[in-house]
Amino acid sequence: MAEATINESPTVSARKVADWVLECARVIDENLEHLNELDSTCGDADHGSNLRRGFAGVRTLLGSEPGDKPATVLKKVGTTLVSQVGGSSGALYGTFFLRMALASGQDKELDRAALGEALQAAARGITERGQVQVGDKTLYDSLAPAVEAYSNAQSEGRSLTDSLQSAAKAAEEGRDSTVNMTARKGRASYLGGRTVGHADAGATSMALILRAAAETLGP
Amino acid sequence: MQKIINDPADVVTDYLHGLAAAHPDILRFDAEQRIVVRTHPAKPGKVGIVAGGGSGCEPLHNGFVGRGMLDAACPGEIFTSPNPDQIVAATKAADSGAGVLHIIKNFSGEVMNFGMAAELLAFEDLTIETVLINDDVAVKDVPGTAGRRGLGATILVEKIVGAAAERGDRLDALTSLGRRVNARARSFGVGLSSCTPPLRGRPIFELPDGTIELGIGISGEPGRERVPMLTAREIAAVMVEEVISDLQPAGGANILVLINGMGATPLSELYVLYGEVEALLRERSFRPARRLIGNYLTSLDQAGAALTVLELDEEMTKLWDAPVSTPSIRWGE
Repeated sequence: MAEATINESPTVSARKVADWVLECARVIDENLEHLNELDSTCGDADHGSNLRRGFAGVRTLLGSEPGDKPATVLKKVGTTLVSQVGGSSGALYGTFFLRMALASGQDKELDRAALGEALQAAARGITERGQVQVGDKTLYDSLAPAVEAYSNAQSEGRSLTDSLQSAAKAAEEGRDSTVNMTARKGRASYLGGRTVGHADAGATSMALILRAAAETLGP
Repeated sequence: MQKIINDPADVVTDYLHGLAAAHPDILRFDAEQRIVVRTHPAKPGKVGIVAGGGSGCEPLHNGFVGRGMLDAACPGEIFTSPNPDQIVAATKAADSGAGVLHIIKNFSGEVMNFGMAAELLAFEDLTIETVLINDDVAVKDVPGTAGRRGLGATILVEKIVGAAAERGDRLDALTSLGRRVNARARSFGVGLSSCTPPLRGRPIFELPDGTIELGIGISGEPGRERVPMLTAREIAAVMVEEVISDLQPAGGANILVLINGMGATPLSELYVLYGEVEALLRERSFRPARRLIGNYLTSLDQAGAALTVLELDEEMTKLWDAPVSTPSIRWGE
């Protein structure tokens, strides 16, 4: 706790956001089969493939010059995911990054508070777009506790890195909490009780994306 | 996996090129915008009718583009809804100044992407209305859930509303007609196998021999429950009970019966099923007045079938009978 949170004042640049997104692309690739399998228990087994298609597009787009401010990168990512992922995942992850872009405004660098606001805006966007609540067995079950953990860490005065680590951990716990849930949203909801016993594919990919944030945006 | 394909990633594009090559007089594929539109656009002043959804459910929706049904369709990847850009492009292509009706199946992805498209279209000088299809009785419609899926009623709404648009009905009238048809239709599907998406290369789930899935949708996912294999008569009895107990048509009502194949069930079996369904419906005093039997809303190579019943009124019947000229439904004139 005492480890110098005040002196260390790292911020998030466009380059760091680009690194985050490229790391997302890498971990989605790495977990492709796992995400598809989770989706096969109650969906059509393509969650990993769809996200991979979207992030492959993002990777191409960011290859050379990411942009001059975080919002530029986040907007590119959001629009690319909307158009290349399709389905609920495209709409929801697209909304996630687009709302972060909107909240980041013209800032060249996001400090700890600004990143927190961007994450909160993203979470609000997801609830509006997907009409989801905690407990519906969706990606929001990872995102909501992560945003809360980040905000708690921040008000305790912990560093950006620490806050992101707390968020990633909370997201993973949130993902695990979906195992015992009955899906109420999306295609999985049509199976009712048959969805119990498996983590939600979206909650799993969201936990990966937030873990990637902790690995890239903090350090 | 053995499929007549080239690169599995190109199946949707290759299919759309083939569809357009086969029906050049009816529709064309705009590969740039990834939409299917009529070759001969409707006369100015006709309300545009647009639908879209994940591919893999052919002929829905592309096969219903043409005079008397859709003006434009936007196909997504396999079992993945189209993106907002496609929906916007299809809507603009279908607009001739009288507004555009979106026919949306109640699937989360479809609803969200049409919603995002509507937000983008709010900047244009163009009126949009929406009919949400949710006729699947296998899903319990509990508040706070995604609600019922849109299944066979989609085709009935596209045909009936399409005919009304062709005769010059205005957007608000078409919207209420579409909602009325949806409200008087119910569906229930049974799966005898899973299906194999080309990119996956193997079935979505394993269905042991001697078992079937009750209450399936149109994306190859499992259904509401798994039960031992049933005879055609028993399957018909389950379907009729599920659909009729929920719809509760008036005694003696004229009904439209759609027996829809999921893609891999022979037509002969669909007619076996129809025979059983018709007998059960007559026992309950309903009068099958119109019928449609075939593969209209499929799930790739899944075996199985779904029953859709629509309680008809005079206007719906007249519009159902009106001329239509699309690759997959064509009659009259």
